[in-house]
Amino acid sequence: MTLAAEAARTAAHGFLSPTGVEVAFLLVGLATLGAALLTVTTRQLVHAALWLVVALGGLAVEYLLLTAEFIAWVQVLIYVGSVVVLLLFGLMLTKAPVGRSPDADSGNRPVALAVALAAAAALVWVVVDAFRTTWIDLDGPAQGSTDVMGQILFQHWVLPFEALSVLLLAALVGAIVLSRKKKEDES
Amino acid sequence: MHLAYPAVLAALLFAVGLYGVLARRNAILVLMSVELMLNAVNLNLVAFDVWLRDTLHAGQALTLFTIAIAAAEIGIGLSIVLMVHRNRGTSDIDRLRDTKEQPAAGEQPSAEEKAEAAA
Repeated sequence: MTLAAEAARTAAHGFLSPTGVEVAFLLVGLATLGAALLTVTTRQLVHAALWLVVALGGLAVEYLLLTAEFIAWVQVLIYVGSVVVLLLFGLMLTKAPVGRSPDADSGNRPVALAVALAAAAALVWVVVDAFRTTWIDLDGPAQGSTDVMGQILFQHWVLPFEALSVLLLAALVGAIVLSRKKKEDES
Repeated sequence: MHLAYPAVLAALLFAVGLYGVLARRNAILVLMSVELMLNAVNLNLVAFDVWLRDTLHAGQALTLFTIAIAAAEIGIGLSIVLMVHRNRGTSDIDRLRDTKEQPAAGEQPSAEEKAEAAA
């Protein structure tokens, strides 16, 4: 892209005048990020799972803002509906303490903080530098409606879809085999 | 919409998940952080798919596949954590040190016996 075209695009979009979608995306993104931070820092294990619900729900709203509505509803159904419930069951079955648990964080917290901050700084710097003059065109028909996604999925992605169902079956069988109680005489 | 918004949010979510994976001690909290990282990748996939206006919608199809694989992963992961908890009585990652190389041999028969009894 030439510099003149880049300047024209920047002028057309207005660098410092965000649109309504951008403002909504920013606000929901801040809420999502805050919920994610609370998920990884709270000392109450059940609260961590509930904050994860907020973070995943916020991400579903972000998908809606990106016009990917089918992904948004799948996110709500699978993540908020089943994954978090599975995690809560796991917390319950491992007899996690309900109240505050002082040993939720391990000893290598400073190292983890340093690694995460370095990763965040590097990724944000690269991403902002790379996509400084790139805009998503959200006009026109929704690109991720259920109609479009169904047609695409069952016309072009049938084989991966079927392979994925085999994988899910294998995971289901594996989970049953792993969690089955062994008979005493076997061991 | 500026592409930097979803990209930066995905990068920050990934970093938060990375911190959780490294800093948490309970195995289930580590699994939650892994979910956060997977979701950051999903957001990137959707944003770039919408930006590129891909005719095959590869990004969104891949997002669906990632969500299904994440569901399978959480099922297997939780059953492994439950099995470890049943055999060891703990799900703290810091205490599962059986494969750690010992500085002086001969000091760990109890842990090995426990692992063999569990297997």
